[in-house]
Amino acid sequence: MSERIIKIDRKDGKLAMAHIYVGFIALALGGLAGLLQVLVRSGSFTLPAGIGYYQVLTVHGVLLGLVLTTFFILGFQHAAISRTSGTYSRTSRLFGWLGFWVMLLGTVMAAVMILLNEATVLYTFYAPLKAHWIFYLGLTFVVVGSWLGGAGMIMKYVEWRKQHPGESSPLLTFMAIINTVLWIVATLGVAGTVLFQLLPWSLGLVERVDVLISRTLFWYFGHPLVYFWLLPAYMAWYVIIPKIIGAKIFSDSLARLSFILFLLFSIPVGFHHQLVEPGIDAFWKFLQVVLTFMVVIPSLMTAFSLFATFEMYGRSKGGTGLFGWFKKLPWGDARFTVPFIGMVAFIPAGAGGLINASNQMNQVVHNTIWVTGHFHLTLATSVVLTFFGISYWLVPHLTGRVLTKAMNKMAIVQAIVWTVGMGIMSGAMHAVGLLGAPRRSSFSTYGDAQQALDWIPYQVAQAIGGTILFIGIILVLYIFINLAFFAPKGEEEFPVGEQAEGSEKTPMVLENWKIWLTVLAALILVAYTVPFMDMFQNGPPPSKGFKVW
Amino acid sequence: MHMHRYEKWWLTLGTGSLIIFLIILGISAFHQGHQPPSAKAYINPEQVDAIAPFDEPGLKKVEGKEWDYELVLVASTFLYNPGEVEVPKGATLKIIATTKDVIHGFEVAGTNINMMLEPGYISEYTTTLDKTGEFLVVCNEYCGVGHHTMKSMIKVVD
Amino acid sequence: MANPELNRKTQTKVEDSSSLKGTLTSVLLLGGFLVLSWIGVFLLFINRF
Repeated sequence: MSERIIKIDRKDGKLAMAHIYVGFIALALGGLAGLLQVLVRSGSFTLPAGIGYYQVLTVHGVLLGLVLTTFFILGFQHAAISRTSGTYSRTSRLFGWLGFWVMLLGTVMAAVMILLNEATVLYTFYAPLKAHWIFYLGLTFVVVGSWLGGAGMIMKYVEWRKQHPGESSPLLTFMAIINTVLWIVATLGVAGTVLFQLLPWSLGLVERVDVLISRTLFWYFGHPLVYFWLLPAYMAWYVIIPKIIGAKIFSDSLARLSFILFLLFSIPVGFHHQLVEPGIDAFWKFLQVVLTFMVVIPSLMTAFSLFATFEMYGRSKGGTGLFGWFKKLPWGDARFTVPFIGMVAFIPAGAGGLINASNQMNQVVHNTIWVTGHFHLTLATSVVLTFFGISYWLVPHLTGRVLTKAMNKMAIVQAIVWTVGMGIMSGAMHAVGLLGAPRRSSFSTYGDAQQALDWIPYQVAQAIGGTILFIGIILVLYIFINLAFFAPKGEEEFPVGEQAEGSEKTPMVLENWKIWLTVLAALILVAYTVPFMDMFQNGPPPSKGFKVW
Repeated sequence: MHMHRYEKWWLTLGTGSLIIFLIILGISAFHQGHQPPSAKAYINPEQVDAIAPFDEPGLKKVEGKEWDYELVLVASTFLYNPGEVEVPKGATLKIIATTKDVIHGFEVAGTNINMMLEPGYISEYTTTLDKTGEFLVVCNEYCGVGHHTMKSMIKVVD
Repeated sequence: MANPELNRKTQTKVEDSSSLKGTLTSVLLLGGFLVLSWIGVFLLFINRF
């Protein structure tokens, strides 16, 4: 089959690429911060020049949790929508660029405050720790910028729907729009606490802030945030990987259904991050635990779809028996193998997530380094390896170059290095977390307490794993720079999978936003109204701010 | 929407397991009293030192209650008061804690005692100390530059 | 799905081209892993005070 490669419009490509550059710069700096942390926590290294551990930790969390993810995701989604729904209108593209610059400005403002040690509040910035107002304003700009970029995407989607009445939108576009809507609904929470509580408070307009309301608004945002990271990886798994291996999409309808379930059930569940705190009734915590468990179902569906895609493909290539198909998969292709490792990592990641959210069982692991180990499997392995896998074709596609055999091989080596490093680091974190070692803490023997001394070997293992991961970061940066500037000119495909011919038509109800947004609003109201009213009516006096770093 | 027979089996089994997990958790939480710490008691965070029981932090033997001892604990940057207590094995202990400034954690390493201390809120947890040992109390929520030096100790003795 | 009497002779071949038994086995193994880890930590919770 000699298909002509469909290229993204050059101007749209530039927009996507600008986001991806910022993402990779954040990866480089945030990765370095991560290396410094694991070394400090092993007990054998002290930071020079009076730099604080928690300042470095703030850099790490903000750059990798917020900047890398948001920029890469917006860049990828711009590209995916332009590729599957057609070239952006001038207005869409204008909104895309406006969003990019506003986000970049916000990032620089927040970064300067962190470097000046005016905002060592970690990426969760829990009140009553009080950072400089420029830090909060910077975060506001990052969020507002992402809304502008999202508006550009939604405009393109609306335009497509108008031009194709009665048709269901391209799957990749639909998924990107679901993720954008999820992001907009979720960020209302963080925008609420920053605009109405933290900004006026840090500017000195009000003296005190309500701590529990601020935290609750943060976690209303904080959990869908992790799904905002995850869904682009799922897009690649559902739609792009089948094309790369030469298979068909298992089911367009089920893929859409699972994305709708993610939209509905990833938001009204923030209390599972607040299970051990006072001021929230045990009943409402448990209700949100039940809703949290609902969000497992679309992941179970995803697991089945992916295995089925692989098995059907492997069998069509002559694989027999129970697992013969497995050997037929294109293991030599980094565009497949790297995200595949990400998929596998989601198995232990999901198991850990289920444990974290299990109401009283959260007491075993809450704020221990187990949790850090958990999201280094979800975000820093499943999601990030998939993003790397996407970059290996997206970057050359956008820069008019090709992924050479040598780079492909290096990409696979990179993923193996990452797997080994993460296996050691995350494994040690999970184990020592169960023994009680806290997260977000510098090296300490707690007055030579026996328990704390027992944690040290695990912390050394974390440093070994973390160092290997840093080698992985150097490798991926090398590949990225090659693909962006030095790889041979040529045409690299933007793979987009298709349904098998004769598949059933996708039911239009899946694209009826009125229904899904109403259900979403109802779920949020059910989960949050009573606890929120309780906080407003019965809460204690609010808190003054503290700068204790 | 067509769904493969095996996928129906898998989703039934998977959802069924989730429901069983939830039933186990629900019974354990609401019937056997293993709820996560969710006290709803409030205090003015700026006057903690003047308000009972926090005006006298420490371990107290109590009579006529469902528990034998009360541990009244005040957290502030970067210390816990009291810094060490000794409790006899088998005693039922109620921990009553709060913070005077920022958010702190209260985690007794190697146990299920793990709760957030937030300004204005009183956190409570009751449990029976059925194992001897020296249990380190650490702050597990970032509270500032001395976060990792914040500790206390619960010694459960025969 | 297929009528077993008609397909008896070519059973393996027919099954291999469209069967999802590998998928079913894989997801069941995955499910087993989830259940075992959950039970592990639940037991830890029960045994600790």
